[in-house]
Amino acid sequence: MRRSLLFIPANSPAMLQNADVFASDSVIFDLEDAVVLSEKDAALSLVNEYLKKFEFDNLEIIIRINGLDTLLSKNELDTIVNDKIDTVMLPKATYETTLQLSKMLEKIEKQKKLTKKIGIIPIIELAKSVIEVNQIASVRGVTGLLLGGEDLATDLEVERTEQGLEILLSRSMVVLAAKANQIDAIDTPYTQTQNDEGLLKDTLFAKSLGMSAKVCIHPNQIETINQVFSPNEDEIAYAEKILNAVSQNMNNHKGAFSVDGKMIDKPIIERAQKLLEKAKKWKL
Amino acid sequence: MRFASAGTFESNDCLITVQEDTQITIEIQSIVYDQFKDQIEKVIRDALSELNITNLYVDCNDKGALDYAIKARLLTAIKRMSDQHA
Repeated sequence: MRRSLLFIPANSPAMLQNADVFASDSVIFDLEDAVVLSEKDAALSLVNEYLKKFEFDNLEIIIRINGLDTLLSKNELDTIVNDKIDTVMLPKATYETTLQLSKMLEKIEKQKKLTKKIGIIPIIELAKSVIEVNQIASVRGVTGLLLGGEDLATDLEVERTEQGLEILLSRSMVVLAAKANQIDAIDTPYTQTQNDEGLLKDTLFAKSLGMSAKVCIHPNQIETINQVFSPNEDEIAYAEKILNAVSQNMNNHKGAFSVDGKMIDKPIIERAQKLLEKAKKWKL
Repeated sequence: MRFASAGTFESNDCLITVQEDTQITIEIQSIVYDQFKDQIEKVIRDALSELNITNLYVDCNDKGALDYAIKARLLTAIKRMSDQHA
């Protein structure tokens, strides 16, 4: 369960050291686009030493590696996959590369005798990734799907617009695949870092489509994103009311029942349970 | 003479330059020299010791880097220099 995932360039000590200061649910140490080719070695070493030195509570540590089609990714995985990280983010994911990464991680987990399974977040940023998205979502270890709107627009040879119609179908396909596989649907970043109104509008729209989280490319985006994806007080109170009614009606051996004049059935109960799980996790 | 560098002059970072030498020689310039010169030197010596390196010139131009960053930059510089041998 995530709401906000903050990208941090992996070769910047000043930014790495602030990773746990912000209120994002996850941080993504970026070895890919944020690091120029000549500094990839330095970035990997820096993140590795940083993770050895510091401990993190309640913060998911994600590493965005370079694509599996590069010579860099194998060394990155061998170096950085350990119990200090939670998840590997895979750029330009396809079913084939996601499966390949899953197998590589399984092997490393055994070799290094890790105490946990490392998750995978494939980035859906190719037309091929969108077509294969349900297969990608079903690969072992995948815990979320991230839509990469900018690269996807490039692959589709269309211009990215504020309205986002050009990625609407892809957004919905990511949501459907994520929900069908019970994992997180993570929305593409909003790239105008100083446009608060635009960010709010885009995040609300993503939520209305079924997205459960959004990546941040600047710390000033975290608060808005967390607010949008957090259950509000009224929603929490109503969910509690539903679950109280469920336990009362179980005691009375009643089947269907209503709360505030609305018939309560299984999907509504499940939604209330999920909402309260989120509220508990985020201490709302 | 082979040499290599890693790091930057940005705040919280350091630029480490290493060069072949006949012994361990460490030179440090730092914005926090008076307070942390000994600690920086210890980080460098410990890292060299871990790698069993007994002959290297190390220049550290520090802009307030923490221990992990100094070590990471040193390891990268050494790796870059050794890659030149390959």
